[in-house]
Parts: sequence; structure tokens; C-alpha cells
Amino acid sequence: MNQVMIDTGNYIAAKAAVMCKPDVVAAYPITPQTTLVEGIANYQGKGEFKGEYICVESEHSAMAACIGASATGVRTFTGTSSHGLLLMHEMLHWAALARLPVVMCNINRVVGPGWNIWTDENDSISQRDTGWIQFYCSSNQEIFDTIIQAFKIGEHQKVSLPVMISYNAFILSHTSMPVYVPDQKEIDAFLPKRKPLWYLDPNNPITFGNIILPAEYEKVRFDMQKSQYYCKKLIPEISKEWKEKFGRFHGDLLEYYKCENVEYILLSMGAIGAESKVAIDNLRKQGLKIGLARVRTFRPFPQEEILKLSKNADLIIIDRNISPGMEGAVFSEIKASLYGKSDAKVYGYIAGLGGKDVTFGDIEKMCKKAIDGKTKHLEWYGLEGV
Amino acid sequence: MALKDLPTKECYIPGSAACPGCPATIALRIVYKALGKNTVKVVPACCTAVIESLHPHTSFDIPTMNIAFEAAAAGASGVEAGLRMQGKTDTTVVAWAGDGGTYDIGIQALSGALERNTNFIYICYNNEIYSNTGIQRSGATPYGAWTTTTVLGKTEFRKEMGEIIMAHHIPYSAQTCIAYPEDLFKKLRKAKSINGPKYIEIMAPCPPGWRFPMEKTVEMGTMAVETGAWALYEVEKDKITFNGKSKLILEGKIDRKPIDDWIIYQGRFRHLFRPKKDTKRIKEIEEHIEKMWERYRSCYL
Repeated sequence: MNQVMIDTGNYIAAKAAVMCKPDVVAAYPITPQTTLVEGIANYQGKGEFKGEYICVESEHSAMAACIGASATGVRTFTGTSSHGLLLMHEMLHWAALARLPVVMCNINRVVGPGWNIWTDENDSISQRDTGWIQFYCSSNQEIFDTIIQAFKIGEHQKVSLPVMISYNAFILSHTSMPVYVPDQKEIDAFLPKRKPLWYLDPNNPITFGNIILPAEYEKVRFDMQKSQYYCKKLIPEISKEWKEKFGRFHGDLLEYYKCENVEYILLSMGAIGAESKVAIDNLRKQGLKIGLARVRTFRPFPQEEILKLSKNADLIIIDRNISPGMEGAVFSEIKASLYGKSDAKVYGYIAGLGGKDVTFGDIEKMCKKAIDGKTKHLEWYGLEGV
Repeated sequence: MALKDLPTKECYIPGSAACPGCPATIALRIVYKALGKNTVKVVPACCTAVIESLHPHTSFDIPTMNIAFEAAAAGASGVEAGLRMQGKTDTTVVAWAGDGGTYDIGIQALSGALERNTNFIYICYNNEIYSNTGIQRSGATPYGAWTTTTVLGKTEFRKEMGEIIMAHHIPYSAQTCIAYPEDLFKKLRKAKSINGPKYIEIMAPCPPGWRFPMEKTVEMGTMAVETGAWALYEVEKDKITFNGKSKLILEGKIDRKPIDDWIIYQGRFRHLFRPKKDTKRIKEIEEHIEKMWERYRSCYL
């Protein structure tokens, strides 16, 4: 039996995390993640969360503690944001190379200086090469559903990788929306107990992570790549299973919205992805043949899916992040995916950095300018060009 | 207890890649004998990352997880919680770090784990340098010592880590030395029997780091204690007890040997003796140690 819970993204994430019954949560507070970990602490106070909550003294230690706990074979969860995520960076690599399926929410927040608690994606985009699977959510329901799916994906024996679920500061983290919450029994049936690939066991005393020579190390990286690629197959399967069991679907690696009979495809992530649906409805009413492909996973990146879309449409990309000296990260990845295989025109926008609002009206303007052929290869919306 | 009475079971097994004369390997043998097989160890970047042998081999017969330099205590907190959640409360969790990973880069995570009351034993084997990276200065390096980053001799005195630990008021902490295996064994056994955070620091003279012949490791440890440069003590529930020769020094029953007797055999202090004896700096070292003992006497006697 579904119950409807109306709450903010962070409290919804806390509910989802607790329903996955992690044995250990280790976290350190940072705005705007705080209500997520407070939510878990409250569930512990009420007896609904029976795991250990380690109140560590930094995010670096939060991830180190999750790694230690995960290495004993148990399920672990944490949450952070912005500078917290950046402080964890070393341990993000460690978790992934140790093949420990820690699940973490990252609330996308601007990186300082100057101090800014609003949203953009530069914090998690900077973690691109750590080996983590990266989801970007566009609604509180998607946050809930993705957290539960994330444990199943990360803990799959052919994957065994950590998973980061990113969602936008305040736009989602502190905005209440109705969310369907399944019964605990249904979650338990969907998400089996973790079966670790390896764990610290006095009866089988392995030494993990000691010096490794180049040829062996390269194999470790290759294996990680294989697991990331395997996720391209696994994520759609899990999304399908979720849809069958719970009736909800947020897409696979991409979420397609009105992508039939199109000449243009808009690609965006996170909350801009949700706002883009309104823009697409309006543009289509005006007779423009445009659809939306919302990027749900940044790692693994939906290369093949986007290449397929580009066979019949030109692509317009909005990035809420910037790789200084280059361009938006999604824009770069998409062009790399198309290289030598597609004649599609590709337009890139940088928009909404520092938490600047990006409305459906803004998105419509960006799309129209690209459709009118007036967009340069890359533009900063509101600063240059549009 | 005599050395011959220690358990014969070895968890430090062949395959080690340690330097000859390595003090950490002396300590590891005793640690494993004292804690037994039902132990999980967390190791940050330190010499032990080499000592433990190369993947896929190991020289340890207990499960060991390597972790980042500053993360030993936090990683051990996670291991402890993970084991406890599975009901495996009889397993001893150990963080085993060098002085760099303890005094410097790892002090935050260590302090956090002690404050959180993590049920584990944190062991620092202190060779007074970053030896694995090739002999750089650490917060534990003594005044006057040459390292590759203090080429004219260190210009600062070392931290008193033992007293920093005492400020956490944990159930048990101790200082010991590889030259006194019975003392080390006894302290480990005591730590194992106590619930909550425990800290043990082992003085570990390093032949290549300190520049002395590899067969002199134990002697250098003995002299560290007899000159009073290092003190053997344990702290239980805030009560400090000095042990062995350190107790006799504290009580004034024996005199400390002059510091010259220790440092003259170490190449890292060579510039204090050649070409001309640097009496000023040697005196400063001696006075600093004397001041330390005066403080010990006024606070703890």
C-alpha cells in the first residue's frame, strides 16, 4: 500500500535511506544537506532507523568511516554537498577503487569563494572521474525512488561501485512535494540484503589495498570500466522492475519527453530538466518540433542513446556547470559521444550558475535562438549572446 | 612475564618487504601475539604499506585494510561500527599508523574517533620521521635532528602527543618502546581488555632514518628510554603510571643518562658532533628533556 508523504527533498531522501536499512550512516553537516542527516537522526530517535549513525568530525572522515564499515560487508549511506563533497574527493576515489557500494546523496551547491549556498552542479561534476555512478534527480519522487534503486545497482555483484544521487540545493532539497512511499515490505522485497564481493574477515585474512604493480593496477581500472558499462544495461532493467512493481518511471540513463517526430532535442539535467518539460510543452504548442532528453546518469554517460537521438535531430544542451577554459561538462560529453558518427548540430548554453534562476521562459528563449540558427557554438545565457 | 612466555603463534608471516633492522616489524610481531587472530587492522599510508608485502601477497595473517593517509582512525570507526552491527563484537579493531599519520595529517580523525568513544586500539609506531617517503621531518622529529627537509637540523621541539591524547580522557593510553617487548605486550593486552578508545604509542628507532647500523635498533630504543628522551608510561582513567626505567627516573632513583650517549650513535645528529661539537644545541636538547621530566614530576609524581 502506497502512502503519500508531502515533504522536502532532504526529508524524503532521509525516509528513502532509512527504508533501505543501512547498517552504518556516517555524516557531517553542511548546508543545504543538514536536514537530510537530521532526518536520519530523527528516525534513529524514533527507533525507525536501527543502524549506527557516526557523527564524524569532517566529510573526509564521513567517507572514510563509510569505507571502513562497507569493507566489513554492511550497507552504508551518507549525504553531503559542495565543499563537503570536495573534501571527500580523495575518499571518493578510495571507495570506488575498493569497489565498495556506498550510497550518497549530494545536494548540488555552489563552490566558494564567495560563500553561496544556492545550486549549481560544479561540486559533483568535479567528481566525474572518481568511478562513482552519478544520478541527477528532477523531483522529490525521483530522489526517493533513485536512492532505493541506487543500493540495488551499486551492490549488484557485477557492479560493486558507489553511487552518488545529486539533486539541486533548495529547489529540491528544501521544497515540499507529494511523494508516494511504498510499504517497507515492498522495499525489502525489491532490495535484497547486500552480498559483498569481499569483506574484512578474521577467518579469511586478506590484505586489501597494499602495493600493486602497474600491470595489475591497470586491470583494476579496466574492471571498473567494465562495471560502469554494465550499468548501462542494468539501470534500464532496474528502472523497468521498479515501474512494474511501483508504477513509477523516471527514465533509464535518459528520460525522454516528447521525443517523437522531432527536429531538435533539448538535453538538460536536474531541476532544469523538470523545468524543461514546461518549456517543451510551450514550444510544441508554437509548432516547434522539439523534445527533451533529460540526462539522468552522468556516469555512466548515455553515449549510445544520445547518438541515436542525434540521427534525426540537432541537439541543444544546457549545463548548470562550467569546466573553465573549456565548456559545460554535459556539452563536452555529448560532443565526444557524437564524434565521427553524427552530422547533428550541437549548441551549448551555460545557465544558472551560482544558483541563478532558470525558468521555463529562459529555456524557451535558449531553444528558440538555437532553432533560429542564431546561437554561437557556446553561449552564457544572460551574459553573452541571448 | 618473560619474553619466552609470549604466545608462539605468529601472525606476522614470511613475505615482508621491510628494511633489515626495521623496528615496526619487531612491534608488529608483538602486537599480533598480544591481540591474536581475531583482529582487524586499518593501515594508512606509512612504512607498513610496504612491510605488508605486495598485492596479491601479504605478510599478515589477520585481515588488513589500507586507507588514505589521514583516515586511519575514521576508517577504523567505520570498521568497528560495521562489525558491531553484525554482532561481531569479539573482534579487536586496530588502527596502525606512523607518527606522520598520527601527529600530523591524521590528528583530526584520531581526535574525532577518541571523542566519539570508538571502541578500538589506535597504535602509533613512532620513528620520528616520514620514513616511508624518504626521511622528512614530522611533528614527532626531535630538535636538532637532520632530515631531508631539515638539512641543518630541526629548529623546533617535537609535540607531546601523549599529553594531547591525555586531554581526551580516554579509558587507556600508553607509551612504550620496541626495546621492551614485555612492556609492549602487557600494554596491548590491557588495551584489548578495555572497552572504548585506547591509544598506544611505540617508540621505533629507524636505522636508515636515524642513520645507525641495522643491528642497533633495540639498543637505540633502550637508550631512548635510559636518556629520558622517551618515557614509558600508561594512563588509566586519567591516572598516569610510569613504568620500568622511566619510573625510576621519575622518582629520582636513577639518573637519566646524558643525551650524548644516545644521539652520538645516530647519523641524524652527526652535525652536532662534527666537525666541531655543537655544545649549545646539545645543551638545548638536554635542557628540553630535563624540563619535560620536571613537568612530569610536578604533574604526575
